[in-house]
Amino acid sequence: MNREECQHLLDGLSAYLDGEASAELCAEIERHLAGCADCRVMVDTLRKTVLLYRELPRPDFPAEARRRLYKALHLEEFFPLKH
Amino acid sequence: MSDRDADRRLLERLRAGDKSACAECIEQHSPAVYRLALRLTGDEAEAEDVVQETFLNAFRAIESFVGRSSLSTRLYRIAANAALMRARHAQPLMVSVDDPDQLDEDKPLPRALFDWCCLPERDFETAETRAELERAIRELPEKLKAVFVLRELEGLSTEATAEALDVSVEVVKTRLHRARLWLRERLSPYFTERALAREEG
Repeated sequence: MNREECQHLLDGLSAYLDGEASAELCAEIERHLAGCADCRVMVDTLRKTVLLYRELPRPDFPAEARRRLYKALHLEEFFPLKH
Repeated sequence: MSDRDADRRLLERLRAGDKSACAECIEQHSPAVYRLALRLTGDEAEAEDVVQETFLNAFRAIESFVGRSSLSTRLYRIAANAALMRARHAQPLMVSVDDPDQLDEDKPLPRALFDWCCLPERDFETAETRAELERAIRELPEKLKAVFVLRELEGLSTEATAEALDVSVEVVKTRLHRARLWLRERLSPYFTERALAREEG
């Protein structure tokens, strides 16, 4: 593992995973990955980490809290606007 | 009507003191403002207070809402500031969100290098795994958290995130990258343990 080269790859990894890296950087990263098992693990686990977060369910804004918000703003007459 | 036009129309009605416009604004934006507040404060009651504070302040200051920023961006900005103020009161030693980024003075290489991606998909979909992911977000360094939540969880663009948090596009990119690396490092022991247990079992 070449510390300097790995560190350089690490800096560009988010751009690479997001498809925002230049063609030149992509080629450089892929060349490095072909010869560095540690960085391959790094890329795979980082990609998986991002995917797992994007799949997390979004917390709901509780109906009771929403009702209290309308009350605090003196907008009770509009609650519930929809539903 | 484009989103931008709809936003401008709503803003005009808010400026005119139209109460039904306030209600529409709440309907449209309160769930996302709540999610941001909840992630930043880590507490439902605090998050609810932040949402109330956000809309109160936004409607009070509606006259000063000029320029290109969208309504949601402005609401995110007020909410993020309010939530971070509260977090700072709770933990006065936390760094400021506006501090220069100095988290990587020595740029350590990642330590966790076990490939836990081999775990079966169902192991990633358990309530326990989701709870661990949520815990890790709560533990994210404060200055990385707001960028991570807006960009990665709420899906804002880099530019909108930068505008909402009053930082540069470059800062957003750097903080998002660091947040991802931090979370990978934080979660790797958890998943590695599970992967090893599977191999043994």
